[in-house]
Amino acid sequence: MAKKSTAAPENAPDVSAAEASSTDEELARALERYDPVLGLEVHVELSTATKMFCGCPTTFGSQPNSQTCPVCLGLPGSLPVLNSVAVQSAVRIGLALGCTVADYCRFARKNYFYPDMPKDYQISQYDEPICSNGALEIEVDGQSYTIGIERAHMEEDTGKSLHVGGQTGRIHGAQYSLVDYNRAGVPLIEIVSKPIEGTGAQAPQVARAYVTALRDILRRLGVSDVRMEQGSLRCDVNVSLRPGPDAAYGTRSETKNVNSLRSVERAVRYEILRQAEVLDSGKKVVQETRHWHEDTGLTTSGRSKEQAEDYRYFPEPDLVPVVPEPTWVETLAATLPELPQAHRKRLQQEWGITADELAALINADALEKVEATVEAGCDPAAARKWWLGELTRRANAEGVELTMLPITSYDVARIQAMVEQGTLNDKLARQVIDGVLAGEGSPEQVVSTRGLQVVSDDDALTEAADAAIAANPEVVAKVREGKEAAVGPLLGAVMKATGGQADAGRVREILLQRIGSDQ
Amino acid sequence: MPAVTREGVANLATLARLELTEQELDHLAPQLESILGHVSTIAQVAADDIAPMTHALPLTNVTREDAVTECLGTAAALHAAPVAQNDRFQVPQILGEDA
Amino acid sequence: MNAKATPISASDSEASNPPKPQRPSGELTHLGAAQLSELLQQGAVSATDVVTAHLRRIDAVEPQVHAFLHVDHAGALAQAREIDDRRASGEQLHPLAGVPLALKDVFTQRGVPTTAGSKILEGWRPPYDATVVQNLRQAGVIILGKTNLDEFAMGSSTENSAYGPTHNPWDLTRVPGGSGGGSAAALAAFEAPLAIGTDTGGSIRQPAAVTATVGVKPTYGTVSRYGLIACASSLDQGGPCGRSVLDTALLHEVMAGYDHHDSTSIPTPIPPVVQAARGADVAGMRIGVVKQLTGTGYQPGVLQRFVEAVALLEQLGAQVSEVDCPHFPYGLAAYYLIQPSEVSSNLARYDGMRYGLRVDDEEGRSAEQVMARTRGRGFGPEVKRRIMLGTYALSHGYYEAYYGKALKVRTLIAQDFAAAFEQVDVVVSPTAPTTAFPIGEKVDDPLAMYLNDVATIPVNLAGLPGMSVPMGLAPEDNLPVGLQIVAPALADDRLYRVGAAVEHALQQRWGAPLLDQIPPLSAAPPAPAPTAEEDPQ
Repeated sequence: MAKKSTAAPENAPDVSAAEASSTDEELARALERYDPVLGLEVHVELSTATKMFCGCPTTFGSQPNSQTCPVCLGLPGSLPVLNSVAVQSAVRIGLALGCTVADYCRFARKNYFYPDMPKDYQISQYDEPICSNGALEIEVDGQSYTIGIERAHMEEDTGKSLHVGGQTGRIHGAQYSLVDYNRAGVPLIEIVSKPIEGTGAQAPQVARAYVTALRDILRRLGVSDVRMEQGSLRCDVNVSLRPGPDAAYGTRSETKNVNSLRSVERAVRYEILRQAEVLDSGKKVVQETRHWHEDTGLTTSGRSKEQAEDYRYFPEPDLVPVVPEPTWVETLAATLPELPQAHRKRLQQEWGITADELAALINADALEKVEATVEAGCDPAAARKWWLGELTRRANAEGVELTMLPITSYDVARIQAMVEQGTLNDKLARQVIDGVLAGEGSPEQVVSTRGLQVVSDDDALTEAADAAIAANPEVVAKVREGKEAAVGPLLGAVMKATGGQADAGRVREILLQRIGSDQ
Repeated sequence: MPAVTREGVANLATLARLELTEQELDHLAPQLESILGHVSTIAQVAADDIAPMTHALPLTNVTREDAVTECLGTAAALHAAPVAQNDRFQVPQILGEDA
Repeated sequence: MNAKATPISASDSEASNPPKPQRPSGELTHLGAAQLSELLQQGAVSATDVVTAHLRRIDAVEPQVHAFLHVDHAGALAQAREIDDRRASGEQLHPLAGVPLALKDVFTQRGVPTTAGSKILEGWRPPYDATVVQNLRQAGVIILGKTNLDEFAMGSSTENSAYGPTHNPWDLTRVPGGSGGGSAAALAAFEAPLAIGTDTGGSIRQPAAVTATVGVKPTYGTVSRYGLIACASSLDQGGPCGRSVLDTALLHEVMAGYDHHDSTSIPTPIPPVVQAARGADVAGMRIGVVKQLTGTGYQPGVLQRFVEAVALLEQLGAQVSEVDCPHFPYGLAAYYLIQPSEVSSNLARYDGMRYGLRVDDEEGRSAEQVMARTRGRGFGPEVKRRIMLGTYALSHGYYEAYYGKALKVRTLIAQDFAAAFEQVDVVVSPTAPTTAFPIGEKVDDPLAMYLNDVATIPVNLAGLPGMSVPMGLAPEDNLPVGLQIVAPALADDRLYRVGAAVEHALQQRWGAPLLDQIPPLSAAPPAPAPTAEEDPQ
């Protein structure tokens, strides 16, 4: 079971109550004086089988440097050859974001030296991105925003460095670094937003909602694992402040390394507060790269504009132009899956639930699970009850994401079916869940090995009922006086006698019948 | 064409990650200036309406299938590494940027 | 010395006449690839005999010539024995199986030291074979070793090699051309019957011209660049070198072909080059003389031989006319922007982090410092010059003025060629403006050095096939002069038709191949090169 990367679930309210109340006030005050403008750059690792320019696998977590070849190690003489599925994924992402797909585009080399980059240039796209000019609709507390998409382009990922000798694996103070090039060359799509204006105090939530919406689309397209904790979705956050909506853009900072939804929101909040403080003190914001620190919730200064690299982009001579055939693009457009927004509206309708109920499912990250459970034959209301109730409690107790619980939607549907057939009651059903989560097998296997079936043998129940009646004459008398509700203690006795494995409704029927027949 | 100063050469060398000696800097500035002076003659014919040619090839859309091919493996990958440790390439401390 | 005046010895004549099936009495090293192929197929000689003879020759003359950076004695002999065993077992082998070859040290060969002539790659043994090397293995061609070159194939004299210059077998005090001087010298010194070069701006053709050998730069995209250590990606092309047009064609057929590892590889069959080399007929062909590639800047003897060669072609039935390529004079300038720009990026990877040299890796040094120091010490003056030039041309604010404009000139030059090929089937010019110059003469005068490539560069810019074939010795210095032939893209076979016709006619005139006039290499130590005063950089 994967542990959560952060203490709170991805979609839970972002900051601790104390942190929120203090910064909320400060934020509100800062935003009385300044208008924030955001820009978000999201890097998506594609879930292709192989890398962008070579046939090495992209599996996460393999032995260091085992998934490398002359191409992704940048060995002398090696040459890149483009992964066709990566191009297809790039186009599908662009189409899902309403972008224009270029009819001709090229790769360019972005030249800068860095030990985790084997060729000391990155093959990327510069002035000819494959997709450009799209938009994404998001909603924050009932307020809709249209976020413009500047471009989506293809590039290759870098290797990963492990810093040794410094504190907590950071670069500063490290004596040396150890580089693993397994990730080098993994296909990336960089999605760049247009400047996001007019969000005011909702800026932090807008940033988060945008990345969330993007993540959901990418997941729906099936083009990426979108696992922020594994780095398959990474976010750079640009923030600038200006005196008011009509003023020119202020100087921006670019915060890198923001790798959870919660951090996206926190980083925007932090940068607004930091920059407001700088401006309030009469200083100027420095154009620079800043680093986000998940542990402290702070950003620290990185490279400033003065030190900024001159990337010397030029067309990559080892690759030829990409010219997407219009008919191919049309086919891809026609075969896009239903996108999250439309999909959710449809589910809401089909399941007959309110917008708030839908939001609850989304916030709990339970929508897909519930949907799959319904597809497996479960009643929508029951599916929602299981995932939002019992299973969410289990996930919280275990400290894992709901989606990471080792129980499938099919399991849940089976359990509910048994409840409906009367072979399980609620209590037994929860025990079946215990068994499945404990790895004891399918619900059927758990029922059989734990012997959890409801006792439905009427003879056995009648025998137990008669024993209970004989042992409780006062109760029987009350019932006979017409107080049917008084049957409770008898019911409890029978349930106890059958180890809880009886259908309470049936027991009640039998009890009433036996008491009546004695009359 | 702007004059190629010694300082300009030093900046270029930094950008190109080339440590040059004082002598090299002295020597390169006039050489680069003379070469750049010659190559600047292209401005005489490179009119705005001429399309640039990055490649002599008529090819487009050269791609491969997304199928896994054989890797070198960790040992072969690290074979030529100046220093290796724990299956990784050891490199000197990286300054200026967090990863 | 006048070209036709040289008497030829009896043993030499054996080289020009088809040898008899029995083991030839003359030296195996003086036979060409086609002749060796025949003997090997007839069983008259074994691959082991052939390889042993060449290794002996290499051991004898290398102290004077220094064509090789690495001689793979054991590997070559092992491969020869394997070929002999396979032949003995009745296996049908490729005609060139067992014929040895010298490989420019810019192709990767698994497990064999590969340096690109640079200190920065000293000791590196690649974990993989270049596609060209795989093609050679497939055919059973035996790689004797890796030949010297200007560092990362940048230069016109092989003096930029970090491992010392190669000496021209025609005159050991002179350069063998470059960057592929090692491959050309190995052929001229009879150390190998075949060699492979790479040509970014003339690095196959110019060395061929100054050593009286044949060199071909095929159409861009027809020989795989996978495993060819990049100089300038959009211009680099591997190609065959030999002592005859036919030998060169035989090698061309083996090394060329589509490769899915190279995105710039053209999926088309190789033109019928061997057939063309055997045909050697130019009757009715239209041949254009490029107006801009003669005259000022060309050595008189070079021009004289060129005029004679053109007259010869006319005698052979070709229709000769002059073609105008007005933008060729700008080719050199465009090239010296495009090439360094690509170089500055291609050579970035040599940073001491993953392979090759690492300098001053001491505690406290940053990766940035170690990279800069490694590159500062590991690269030679010419490579640094080009990296600086390319970094400048691509840098912010200068891109459009330099790199951007150079790409436009590239278009103009391609258009000049296209217009010429509407009128003629091939164009011809001298390959190089001068004969081989003395070692050390131009080492610190980059512009003078670059001028060597004035006639070859336009061909690379346009991606076309070009050949250099011997056309005699310049009267003033008795040094070889080459004729350059250029054809439209994918019409490489035309080079061989014209080249073979010229070769045949001139050999009839001379009575033997031009190389038979080469002064014998003495056993004496090499003439001390007028060194090569260390470039002060």
